[in-house]
Amino acid sequence: MSETHDAPRGELDLAPGEERPDAHGLAQGVRGYLVGLALAAGLTAASFYFCFSGLIYGPAVPAALVALAVAQMGVHLVFFLHLTTGPDNTNNALALAFGVLIVTLVIGGSLWIMANLNHNMLPMAQIMQMQR
Amino acid sequence: MTAAHAADATAEISLEGGQATGRGAGGPAPVRVYVGYGFWIFILSDMVMFSAFFAAYAVLEGATAGGPGGRQLFDLTNVAWETACLLLSSFACGLASLAAASRNALWFHVAMAATFVLGAVFVGLELKEFAGLAAAGDGPQRSAFLSAFFTLVGCHGLHVTAGLLWLLTMMAQVLAKGFRADILRRILCFTLFWHALDIIWVAIFTVVYLMGKTP
Repeated sequence: MSETHDAPRGELDLAPGEERPDAHGLAQGVRGYLVGLALAAGLTAASFYFCFSGLIYGPAVPAALVALAVAQMGVHLVFFLHLTTGPDNTNNALALAFGVLIVTLVIGGSLWIMANLNHNMLPMAQIMQMQR
Repeated sequence: MTAAHAADATAEISLEGGQATGRGAGGPAPVRVYVGYGFWIFILSDMVMFSAFFAAYAVLEGATAGGPGGRQLFDLTNVAWETACLLLSSFACGLASLAAASRNALWFHVAMAATFVLGAVFVGLELKEFAGLAAAGDGPQRSAFLSAFFTLVGCHGLHVTAGLLWLLTMMAQVLAKGFRADILRRILCFTLFWHALDIIWVAIFTVVYLMGKTP
């Protein structure tokens, strides 16, 4: 398969991580990465700040941290990996969606099952007692 | 029908029908697309592997066997520096991909060198943290919590180290072979890999360090 098979790029799929060629231009490309860097840095700083500031109700801090992390992952996907919802990106986005599904099942399922097992298990002190 | 004709026909189909190949029309995708796509699948499977380590860590976080937990062990200043290094490294890597796209060898090497230095500082900071923990007797053998911690964070560190070697290889290949089509595809795959590592680090500093430290 030689490179001559490449039809005009704008009409075909984009490889993951690739930007639309028509939206190119070096200055625009650099600006995209700068925006991504600023957003990611802001979200990171917010994560570290909210961790201790006491601005957020204590028990809600983990949820806030998760929300900020998910937002930052989104920023990375959009501005660094150039993932869009356009038709030229369908395959990449669907693969990502499948990955997210598996990751959710693995992490969520493990936590769920292990929490149940912990809940149904005798306290460690009693187990030690029974082994004696 | 020659290759050029076939390419023209492909372009016409997608123009006329308003269909892009993402929906299945338009013939075989260019090499660039399926190489990148294949590597994207690898990255996603790598993330699935990391999700197993994350699950293990989350389950074992409280299993400290009477030893120290994250609250006593983690130094967030160190983590903040690591985070800054990896984020800036990701940014520099993006600039390197732009330089490669505009075939500018000088800026490509400058940006890749910056990516390497920042990534190396990250690995150095992580090794310093690991060495400090091990020296204090809090190595991976101390408790299930620390085993899971070293496995998860160490696995990410190994990925970054491997990425650094790959980065040097890409610089050498551009020096030796120039911006050939196959080299550009490898650069694309490398940038995917490097940005993905930063995404995993976001999850690590949130779940492991910040949540481990929250009062």
